[in-house]
Amino acid sequence: MAELLFWPALLAYGEAAFAYLGEARHPGLAGRFATWGVRVGWLVQSALLAVQAARSDGFPWSTWAGSLNLFVWFVVGAYLIWGCQPRFRLLGLAVLPLAVVLFVLARVGGGTAVGGHSDYSNLFLVLHVGLVLAAFAGFTLAAALSALYLWQERRLKRHETSILRLRAPALARLDELAARTIAVALPALTLGIAVGIARLRDRGGGFDALMAVTVLTWAVYSGYLALRHLLGWRGRRAAYLVLAGFVLVAVVRLALPVTHFAT
Amino acid sequence: MSVVLVGISHHQAPVELRERAALDARRAADLAARLAGEQGEAVCLSTCNRTELYLADESGEAAERKAEAALLALESELGPALYRLRDDAAALHLFRVAAGLDSMVPGEGEILGQVRAAHEAGATGPILDRLFRQALHAGKKTRAQTAIGESPASVSSAAAALAEQVFGDLRGRSILVVGAGKVGEQAVRNLASRGATIAFVANRTMDRAADLAGRFGGEAIPLDRVDAELKTADVVLSSTSAPGWILTRDQVARVLPERKGRPLFLIDLAVPRDLDPAIHELDGCYLYDVDDLEAVVAETLAGRRREAERAEAIVAEEADRFREWRASLDVVPAIASLRARAEEIRAAELRRAKLSESERRAADSVTAAVLNKLLHLPTIRMKEAAAAADGVIYADAVRHLFGLEDER
Repeated sequence: MAELLFWPALLAYGEAAFAYLGEARHPGLAGRFATWGVRVGWLVQSALLAVQAARSDGFPWSTWAGSLNLFVWFVVGAYLIWGCQPRFRLLGLAVLPLAVVLFVLARVGGGTAVGGHSDYSNLFLVLHVGLVLAAFAGFTLAAALSALYLWQERRLKRHETSILRLRAPALARLDELAARTIAVALPALTLGIAVGIARLRDRGGGFDALMAVTVLTWAVYSGYLALRHLLGWRGRRAAYLVLAGFVLVAVVRLALPVTHFAT
Repeated sequence: MSVVLVGISHHQAPVELRERAALDARRAADLAARLAGEQGEAVCLSTCNRTELYLADESGEAAERKAEAALLALESELGPALYRLRDDAAALHLFRVAAGLDSMVPGEGEILGQVRAAHEAGATGPILDRLFRQALHAGKKTRAQTAIGESPASVSSAAAALAEQVFGDLRGRSILVVGAGKVGEQAVRNLASRGATIAFVANRTMDRAADLAGRFGGEAIPLDRVDAELKTADVVLSSTSAPGWILTRDQVARVLPERKGRPLFLIDLAVPRDLDPAIHELDGCYLYDVDDLEAVVAETLAGRRREAERAEAIVAEEADRFREWRASLDVVPAIASLRARAEEIRAAELRRAKLSESERRAADSVTAAVLNKLLHLPTIRMKEAAAAADGVIYADAVRHLFGLEDER
């Protein structure tokens, strides 16, 4: 069953990634194919996750690869909120290839298989992993929006003549959406960390490097929102700060198997 | 029925000639009604780039003479600039016109509305009604499936489109206009049409500033207040004839902290330039002068020409569909006669048969089904043959074989 759902989802995401390339060259029909690819892929992946949830003993995404599978679903789901608008299609060029690669990695690591067993309690993992992954998906999307902002800003600064032919979302809109996404993702990360700390105190575990980087990530994004609201930090500087935060997100994701799942 | 087009356009006729043949909506409608007469059909399409008469008539030659005479009556010197097209060529021409492929700026959007207005005011019948509906469809389709009409084609519209690249929706965005001359007015109009608020108009002479500000609902201010209003403005549009800088890098840099990171888009349409180019180096400031804007327009026009190739294919496809439809008209009377004759025979035979009411109902249903199945294939084949230009031969053969000659 998992096989039957994984491949169509991957195919749809792959089709969308290629169609976004086509959209960048000739805006129009390719963009519509891409949007449908994302929609179909996400629905099929949702079905895959539902099957995994129904057939597993315990929380099905407690492994590194499993959490990657869930992470991809969150990222694509968050992208779908704006990605269907024609102006935001270029964002798909950053999001979908990443989603395809991570989805393949999740499969290679066994994260898309059905019928696993987890020693962790369901409630803790649903809250901790679910919230942290949802927050990270939000930060990933914010990073994509900021990268698009920097690209568009550079085109304006260089007076690129093709700027009206290949249109990206407006600078102000990208800046605002990145901030809004972070404003939604940060409370989720805060809660996820709080649940983790509560469990740590309950079980008497140690504070590892991964937790330190996660807290640092929280500090960077909190700083971003504070600087934005108190000092009016917007534009290029703010975009670089979002990307710096995303580097920490990537570090946490990559370091996860070395720490949390090592024992 | 022949479709005839006689007209003049910007390709052969200079504006001095075109303006003498231009008709307002009422006169165009009157002319169409007069040319159509009792039996015919006529539409008059008159824009700043063209005056064209479309006629559908039994005699193509007569219709052409009539249209030509009507145009020459407007201006006797039109003769050498007139073009005449018939049937498929006339249809293709109208489809290209509606798609903006025959316009001075490829893909311009105004023409579609003008074709629609001409259609509505025309004296149309089945042929021209279908022709114009399909032309409008072709025009919409090319704009939907290609990017031919998406990019701006003038410096002022490029400036407004670039402002949208910075701010997105311009509704509620505040514009500070520096200089109240004709050069800037078109750009002001473009920005205002996209919802931007013309907040201030600064000029050396206050009368002209007040005049422009009054027309767009803004406030007229002296030039020395420009610095102060930079704090709130989103877009600065400058087009004075001043010999030096109206705004320097330092002036703009001083107000940036108060703007709290909000971007500032500056348009310099003046030659010599009004705005110090070093402003562009400031964080969050985007300055475009005339050369920058013209380079953007040149690129978008090149893009429109590339898209025009794709649009031509769509238009050709629509022209083919119209040709097929028109050809099918040749066989429609023969098909109708054949079906009527068959139905007549079926009804007569049913009347003659001695049947109970229930048997009659059953027989009626069965014979109707047999008839439909039997005539389905010949009907399809005749329409296909019509599309391939053999329609008349097939129609004549059917009339001869089934004895339908008298019903022509």
